[in-house]
Amino acid sequence: MDWKVFLEQAPSGGMTYLGWLASGTLWTLLVSIFAWIIAFSLGSVLGVMRTTPLKVPYAIATAYVEVFRNVPLLVQMFLWYFVMPELVPERLGTYLKQDLPNLVELPFAQFSMWEFTAAVLCLGLYTASRVAEQVRAGILSLPRGQTNAGLAMGFTLAQVYRFVLVPMAFRIIIPPMTSEFLTIFKNSSTALTIGVIELTAQSRQISEYTFKTFEAFTAATLIYIVITLSVIFFMRWLEKRVSVPGYISQAAGH
Amino acid sequence: MDFDWNVIWKNREVLAGGMLLSLKLFAIALAGGIFFGTLLAMARLSSWKVLSYPAAGFVNLIRSIPFIMAIFWFYFLTPVLVGKLTGQQGEAVGPFTSAIVAFIMVESAYYSEIIRAGIQSIPRGQPWAAYALGMNYWQAMGTVVLPQAFRNMIPIMLTQAIILFQDTSLVYVVGLKDFLGAASKAGQLSGRIVELYIFVAFVFFIICFGASWAVKKLQAKYAIVR
Repeated sequence: MDWKVFLEQAPSGGMTYLGWLASGTLWTLLVSIFAWIIAFSLGSVLGVMRTTPLKVPYAIATAYVEVFRNVPLLVQMFLWYFVMPELVPERLGTYLKQDLPNLVELPFAQFSMWEFTAAVLCLGLYTASRVAEQVRAGILSLPRGQTNAGLAMGFTLAQVYRFVLVPMAFRIIIPPMTSEFLTIFKNSSTALTIGVIELTAQSRQISEYTFKTFEAFTAATLIYIVITLSVIFFMRWLEKRVSVPGYISQAAGH
Repeated sequence: MDFDWNVIWKNREVLAGGMLLSLKLFAIALAGGIFFGTLLAMARLSSWKVLSYPAAGFVNLIRSIPFIMAIFWFYFLTPVLVGKLTGQQGEAVGPFTSAIVAFIMVESAYYSEIIRAGIQSIPRGQPWAAYALGMNYWQAMGTVVLPQAFRNMIPIMLTQAIILFQDTSLVYVVGLKDFLGAASKAGQLSGRIVELYIFVAFVFFIICFGASWAVKKLQAKYAIVR
């Protein structure tokens, strides 16, 4: 075993192989975080729609969840990256593939903005369907009395959601949301199939250049574990921080 | 753009071959994953720390890295290990074998978590009663705990099987011609990648949607029986 390999100068990017790993980690985090913003906001709306008595929003949200959950993520990745630009008007397609402005200015990106955008879009919209199911489960787990009490107090349905159901449900679903974020974080590696050089791709690239496969994969694996553990600890802290006294005392237990 | 859907009929043999490989991988990974997952779950729940610690370590390790990373790991490790075991160079191990090893390993970790929860859902009193009747560990597990645990777990195990079927598309990353890989290849050769990817998505959707609908029906039926 030869761990000094990471201190060697890499053939491109003007950095060591350690720098490649750092760059890969950064892209993994960027893809995950941007995708999570989409997944969390859209998923919350869809999840609420799945619990309302209103028929049309319910049907739309249900169709969304079924479509996005029943097609493999990798296939969706290819649909966004290869197929979507061909289906939109030609000028828009060309714009997407070639002229998308760099919103994230980072050194050492070996891929274009469209690869990054497609990956974020795909992961975000895919995970939104999973988040929606968690939000729905969280809202449905609340006693019916809470809705009824809210309505009896003269709240409109929208107000019941805004002031009663959603604040409670979001506290309940912190643990499943944590695992959804970790899922998006791990699934971000599928972006390598469309050319985003994130952590997994970077470790493979290092192994191809140096033939130190074991060292490269171990390093990437350790980075994944460290980030996973950090997220878990942060979310436990958050869960305690926002817990309502007397409710969901599992994590807040003294 | 103009579509040319004939390309799918023209490539029917390639696509069918790809689907066959996907199904083969799915079946082997499912059987292997449930078998080793059961052993892993039993090891994790064992009071012997020499069994429970390594099992927990393995499961948590696999669960904290991306599936693709795990595929790369076993793609790299399988030939090395096979070479060490047989004393020969690992040249004979093809990508399909490596992929199968990777899938069995990853799925056994995922399934062990489901099975562990299933075993833990059986009241403690039942294995104690079995021991009190003079059964040994394997008899108590095999005839009392596991049959009930599996019955409780059937819906979630089937749901995981659907996810596994979708995940078989990940072998694309090691260049295997599964359903997606075959379509991708055919698309590149014919320049009709759009039609082929849409077709792949459609087929996956029909299969997975149908399967999850069936699982839901089954679940409803079980809920009444219980």
